[in-house]
Amino acid sequence: MEKKIRVLIAKPGLDGHDRGAKVIARALRDAGMEVIYTGLRRTPEQIVTAAIQEDVDAVGLSCLSGAHNHLFPRVVELLRERQADDIVVIGGGVIPDADIPGLKEAGVKEIFTPGTSTEDVVAFLKTHVGR
Amino acid sequence: MSVVKADWQEGFLAGDTRALARAISAAENEPEVVHSFLQEHSGRLGRAHVVGITGPPGAGKSTLTGQLAVTLVARGYSVGLLLVDPSSPFTGGAILGDRLRLPDLAQGSSSQIYVRSLSSRGSMGGLSRATADAIKLLDAFGKDIIIVETVGTGQSETDIISVADSVVVLAVPGLGDDIQAMKAGILEIADLFVVNKADRDGADKTERELLSMLKLQASSSGWTIPVIKTVAIRNEGIADLADQLLAHYEFLQTSGLLLEVRTARVKSELNELLQLRLTQEFQKVVGAARYEEYTQQIVSGNISPYEAVNQLWQEFVSEIKRSASS
Amino acid sequence: MCPDERLQEIRSKREEWEQTTLHRVLNRYPERKAVFTKSSGIETKRVYTPEDVVELDYNRDLGFPGQYPYTRGVQPTMYRGRLWTMRQYAGFATAEESNQRYKYLLEQGQTGLSVAFDLPTQIGYDSDHELAAGEVGKVGVAIDSLADMEILFDGIPLDKVSTSMTINAPASILLAMYLGVAAKQGVPFNKLSGTIQNDILKEYVARGTYIFPPAPSMRLITNIFEFCSQNVPNWNTISISGYHIREAGSTAAQEIAFTLSNGIAYVQAAVGAGLDVDDFAPRLSFFFNSHTDFFEEIAKFRAARRLWAKIMRERFGAKKEKSLMLRFHTQTAGSTLTAQQPDNNVVRVALQALAAVLGGTQSLHTNSRDEALALPTEESVRIALRTQQIIAYESGVADTIDPLAGSYYVESLTNALQQKAEEYIARIDEMGGAVKAVENGYMQREIQDAAYEYQRSVESKERIVVGVNQFQIEEPAPEGLLMVDPAVGELQAKKLAALKERRDNLAVANVLDELEQAARGDANLMPVILRAVQSYATLGEICDRLRNVFGEYVAHDLL
Repeated sequence: MEKKIRVLIAKPGLDGHDRGAKVIARALRDAGMEVIYTGLRRTPEQIVTAAIQEDVDAVGLSCLSGAHNHLFPRVVELLRERQADDIVVIGGGVIPDADIPGLKEAGVKEIFTPGTSTEDVVAFLKTHVGR
Repeated sequence: MSVVKADWQEGFLAGDTRALARAISAAENEPEVVHSFLQEHSGRLGRAHVVGITGPPGAGKSTLTGQLAVTLVARGYSVGLLLVDPSSPFTGGAILGDRLRLPDLAQGSSSQIYVRSLSSRGSMGGLSRATADAIKLLDAFGKDIIIVETVGTGQSETDIISVADSVVVLAVPGLGDDIQAMKAGILEIADLFVVNKADRDGADKTERELLSMLKLQASSSGWTIPVIKTVAIRNEGIADLADQLLAHYEFLQTSGLLLEVRTARVKSELNELLQLRLTQEFQKVVGAARYEEYTQQIVSGNISPYEAVNQLWQEFVSEIKRSASS
Repeated sequence: MCPDERLQEIRSKREEWEQTTLHRVLNRYPERKAVFTKSSGIETKRVYTPEDVVELDYNRDLGFPGQYPYTRGVQPTMYRGRLWTMRQYAGFATAEESNQRYKYLLEQGQTGLSVAFDLPTQIGYDSDHELAAGEVGKVGVAIDSLADMEILFDGIPLDKVSTSMTINAPASILLAMYLGVAAKQGVPFNKLSGTIQNDILKEYVARGTYIFPPAPSMRLITNIFEFCSQNVPNWNTISISGYHIREAGSTAAQEIAFTLSNGIAYVQAAVGAGLDVDDFAPRLSFFFNSHTDFFEEIAKFRAARRLWAKIMRERFGAKKEKSLMLRFHTQTAGSTLTAQQPDNNVVRVALQALAAVLGGTQSLHTNSRDEALALPTEESVRIALRTQQIIAYESGVADTIDPLAGSYYVESLTNALQQKAEEYIARIDEMGGAVKAVENGYMQREIQDAAYEYQRSVESKERIVVGVNQFQIEEPAPEGLLMVDPAVGELQAKKLAALKERRDNLAVANVLDELEQAARGDANLMPVILRAVQSYATLGEICDRLRNVFGEYVAHDLL
């Protein structure tokens, strides 16, 4: 059977705006991927546990509250601690350009800002995921 | 593309969660590898209590399943949860959304709960083909209790019975008109009934209807099917459910029924594998083109499906004989 | 000539036009699209004529400003009497910094305050809670106790301003803190005016800052209705919000329908608790989005007003005029702001603001151009406020009431939107009302479908977003964005620790016990919450006691 790309879409922190996360989840599904959605208000610890238990290839983090500089690197760090840093982490939301280099340096593979086409996210995952 | 054997097998035996997760992926993507692994370690199988939970959409299955897992962990059991979701039939993609309804404690705060979302990948039975293998892997991994939550569309998830020792069926007041609206097939597979959202109007009515229906169904096994009222979101009634589940398992063990159940399960698994194999062989030997021809013949009314099967079978048998003699 | 004959004549003229003038042009120059549609799926015709408003009865459907069915506006003089309230939503970091921003805005001519709280406050966690990490002071001001609230309104006399607070699940507690500040300033409660959002249903549907399950949440809301009708008579006890429903991706028709359905649920809950509809209904207010489709938005506001008046009169038998009036605040659509070429957002906001004014809003927040990038800077906020002032003082649109009434197009669109909304409301009624429709995920699913549809139409370029999928340019990274100091979290935690040192902890524990006890019964919780707040019990402590009794809501949304 064909190996499907599995992606965890997660909302870390307290931000309740999940329109973007849900639109991405649907677009990835329509591109033939299996998407696990965590729902709102997840701690980085819960997200990393879910990523490992679900054996996903990638984690997509969405945050619109401005807490990304705290939350995204924490997820990467925990994945690394648990020897699961082969899982690709991407992020999206209201993220100022100035924060992007820092987030990438922390290990977030790509940041998708408002206006990104879902096709770009699909294409990114298809090229960067694979074992 | 494929998961290297050494990638997970060693870690699996050492109790590493990541390895378990990879093994379940392997069950989905390259079942042969998993089958031979399980065969090699068959001594680790048959130890877990497998629980199936099913019910209509909106009954609160995931919340209940999560609370139950948390309760069982608090009592010292290690628990595996399998959440089975339907996949999109068009693209093969799926959104597995049951996990989001689990209570916080089951979201990864406890190392004693392992949760895995599985897509049914187009299988009609409500359970994916890989589910049975995933259950065995959790069993071999050493989980005491494995809970399988299935998509409750009522179609034919009765095959939960072919993997579970105890089947819990959920009802909720006010979802359908009454219990009669529930699919008869689902009602008959229950070992335990739960009336969830029991704080709603009509909970007593639902309970009464279930009880009176159970009275009509004479139980030959000696197990009295309980009806348990719960409010999963407030964790009410969950301890009672856990008690009854464990009691049912003990009943199965002491009455010898567990062996019977498991024999039946082996039989149905054997059947399923045989069917799969036969279909594959048939396709190989007779060829897809012949199928297509016969299909067209049937459509245009030249031949009945029964005749078509006869002829296909003849072709198959003579082809087998020919290849055997050559 | 009798009306029928005149209509007949128009029809034949139109047909003639279609066959001659129009036909010739269409053959040579086809139109841009085969079909033009609105977000709500309503098809837009090439041209509207009296034929499209045949059914319209002026006195029945439009009437006069300040009179039933209020299609033309809720006040008899509208903006000729007094302009709408210019109210910019603001708040960030600590109470001290937000207090500075409020004073700045008041100096700039703003006429009302609008408080944004950070997410931990909105979800009832103190700043030192594990889940608050990284969130303190980010999307609004952090308020942990009455002590913070005293700083927030320091030097702002509460009898001189009207204050709108975007707070929902813990609205009762923040309102109690506001009352606590008023008491300290010596301002009697009946001199206070303002609004709490207090709309929990749309939190489940679209915004996500819920705490408790629906039943106890509805009880808290009803408690507030009752308490305020007796003690804080000029307070708007709820702002039933379509804004976030629209931001989450709904269509205009869904925005009206889901908002009014939620409104119906609140009225029913209060009536069910024994309140007289005319005692609390005059204090209900609404909050809508002003989106990009100019005429659809104007029609939406008019349709919503007419429909609510009808619902209140016919369904609930409300008698007071004020009970029938849909008074609303408007905010321009945050989700339409682009991170690309952010200055273009000034123009988007101006058009959306104009639609809100032509639709008869009572107050308005205009978004700042940089909000797709970060919290707005002071300069951006000023431009946004100036946009309103230009509309108010220069454009002349505020000089006559409901100037688009009678437009064949706008009236026909108003009717069509009302009809679509009524169909949705009927479906929700069939399900057993808004609470049920939220619990079974109906509203969420409808909104998600619409949001996904929108995204696809942008990606296929069926819908053009200037600067995003067409007319793009290479642009340098924007500069001068507002950054909240990450140390706010630590600062708040320190303040919290100091507070717990200096307050009377025994008194706090006692009143919290009393609160928990009261929550188990069915008394009005407002008085004991007020006492808890005044003893400097923290928001988190109060919410935790209520969580003990009420439990927490688990999202049911299906994708």
